[in-house]
Amino acid sequence: MTQTGTGDRVVRVVDATLPSGDRTDLWLAGGRFVAPAGHADETVDASGLIALPGLVDLHTHLREPGFEQSETVLTGTRAAAAGGFTAVFAMANTLPVQDTAGVVEQVQSLGERSGYATVRPIGAVTVGLAGERLAEIGAMATSRAEVRVFSDDGYCVHDPLLMRRALEYVKTFGGVIAQHAQDPRLTEDAQMHEGEVSARLGLAGWPAVAEESIIARDVLLAEHVGARLHICHVSTAGSVDVIRWAKARGIAVTAEATPHHLLLTHELAETYDARYKVNPPLRRAEDVEALRAGLVDGTIDIIATDHAPHPTEHKECAWAEAANGMVGLESALSVVQAAMVDTGLLGWQDVARVMSAAPARIGGLRGYGRAFGIGEPAQLTLVDPSVKRDFATSDLRGRSVNSPYLGRELPGRVEHVWHAGVRTVAGGGLVETLGSVD
Amino acid sequence: MRHLLTTQTLPRDAAIAILDTAEDMAAVSGREVKKLPTLRGRTVVNLFVEDSTRTRISFEVAAKRLSADVINFSAKGSSLSKGESLKDTARTLHAMGADGVVIRHPASGAPHTLAHAGWIDAGVVNAGDGAHEHPTQALLDAFTIRRRLHGEASRGQGLDGVTVTIVGDVLHSRVARSNLWLLRTLGAEVRFVAPATLLPYGTASWPVTVGVDLDAAIADGPDVLMMLRIQHERMHAAYFPSEREYARQWGLTDARLARLPARTMVMHPGPMNRGLEISAAAADSPQSTVLDQVANGVSVRMSVLYHLLATGEAS
Repeated sequence: MTQTGTGDRVVRVVDATLPSGDRTDLWLAGGRFVAPAGHADETVDASGLIALPGLVDLHTHLREPGFEQSETVLTGTRAAAAGGFTAVFAMANTLPVQDTAGVVEQVQSLGERSGYATVRPIGAVTVGLAGERLAEIGAMATSRAEVRVFSDDGYCVHDPLLMRRALEYVKTFGGVIAQHAQDPRLTEDAQMHEGEVSARLGLAGWPAVAEESIIARDVLLAEHVGARLHICHVSTAGSVDVIRWAKARGIAVTAEATPHHLLLTHELAETYDARYKVNPPLRRAEDVEALRAGLVDGTIDIIATDHAPHPTEHKECAWAEAANGMVGLESALSVVQAAMVDTGLLGWQDVARVMSAAPARIGGLRGYGRAFGIGEPAQLTLVDPSVKRDFATSDLRGRSVNSPYLGRELPGRVEHVWHAGVRTVAGGGLVETLGSVD
Repeated sequence: MRHLLTTQTLPRDAAIAILDTAEDMAAVSGREVKKLPTLRGRTVVNLFVEDSTRTRISFEVAAKRLSADVINFSAKGSSLSKGESLKDTARTLHAMGADGVVIRHPASGAPHTLAHAGWIDAGVVNAGDGAHEHPTQALLDAFTIRRRLHGEASRGQGLDGVTVTIVGDVLHSRVARSNLWLLRTLGAEVRFVAPATLLPYGTASWPVTVGVDLDAAIADGPDVLMMLRIQHERMHAAYFPSEREYARQWGLTDARLARLPARTMVMHPGPMNRGLEISAAAADSPQSTVLDQVANGVSVRMSVLYHLLATGEAS
């Protein structure tokens, strides 16, 4: 692939507002940020727009290979671009599972061909996500895909000995285990957060302790073996407390929260609309508050979408029969603006950190360390925070429409995106043909 | 009233209207010709995705006594067992012109989805959805209590001040939930008694007193003691150690029956596990309302079908 980006063309982004609040022009050429060049082949008016470093999602389900009726690498990265993302980490629960060098290299290649965003495959921790024996972690790490993040997401690595071994083993390759913290026995048949609403609806509950107990165990294991641990989609106030305690103790743990857990609560299950069914489930308002506070004080390091596309027939059915998961790439930045920025909890510099620099650092993704730096790859997202819109299926650019935000008013809109200098979004619309990419 | 999905949002006057109409329907059931022409030409579908012969027959008799055409659509041997979705089933019933659908489903919320997803415009009666609700059971229980208390003077009455203790597997019981909301609406005081493993988590805000001691509840002399069925599969899931221990701690044994005031009604939604949650003597005692409940079930379901399908009034 020749990702020449803007090629020799020089693009001048005029009067953008940096996350710091400073206003400046940004110059792009040859796929990189360059020094002001005097002459520009193209100018883009960015007055009133916030310039963010290209967003990075550490937790995306691209579904290919195996579940192409839900999403493909191409459709998923188009959704990512529409949401302002320039890199996504693709979860391992494909079919075949991303548990060998061959499969992760395939996903890597599909990503390179798409051109809309960098795709970094996540490797499975255990063969077939079965939780029984370690997958070929070394082969995946040394493959062309250079996997650094390993996860059985969707399933918890619940066997404590296997988890210990995985934590130890990935140290060899500078990797990290991303744990889906869910005690399987405590969540058998679980349908939603265990609380007043689940009691009333008679739906089997998913107790907070099933997440918190695994996190507590795993931070202690990580401390014991001196390994890095990442916690996927933290959803409860108790989990935030445990992680805060672990960080204070110096344990090398990082954690993510999803946009939906920062905005939505379990009462939505009363509608029996399966678009609100997700794992871990939507929880109480108190949990939402605790997650927001955790993001503010750094206990939660990053936002990750857990973008989980499903075909309509897996959502248009009784709640207990419906699949878990919601699409989130296209709405993530707007939801974060609603939950964190418009509430005054985070500034745009924090957003740049939790949605770009920090996830890139945790995932070992290069090129995101010096945002807008001269000579750095031109990963750039321009967002208009003043827009309000009723989120609609026309805002979804992936293959599935299982978004919980349809019909809900959300702030902000992604106006322009460059991925390594290649324009993927222009004037609020996805660029259909990426001209400079093979 | 368009649908009957839950008792939680059923207003008091609507509940009493259903009970009062059921009194009229009971009179019909006592006649030689047990039939009204009310629903002639209307089609009622009994959509039983989860098997329940007792409830299905009760609804079938009720609909037939109102002269409706009744179609039984059960899971076994139908397209439902071949993986047809609720949506496709609903659209099929719509295409066939069903006026009312009585649905029993293993999934909580399936009746709600059927009523509100826009797949069908029939009136929907929830005949039991998962561990969520079973509104007609609660209505027939309230009807039975009211009749025992007020006899011929039942019309217009609520259940104000009546004390009802519900014993057993509240966690998995749609009957307990529907009864709680309806009994509270009608003015009764409700108490749940069960091992802590069989009480739902998160009910602190519910309008119910919760306890674990059946003997203490009996000593308080409730007006109604409602025993819930224990499903055999609970025994293997560590909810309690053994059938014997359950019967000893939470069963209505002969000894406990003897300590109950004579006015206390003993209720059970059926089918009973004699010797487990209820002794044979208790089940067959004059205090037992078990057979009344079955008979009243037909009257109450006739009333519900009448209110949903015949009057067309909005709620």
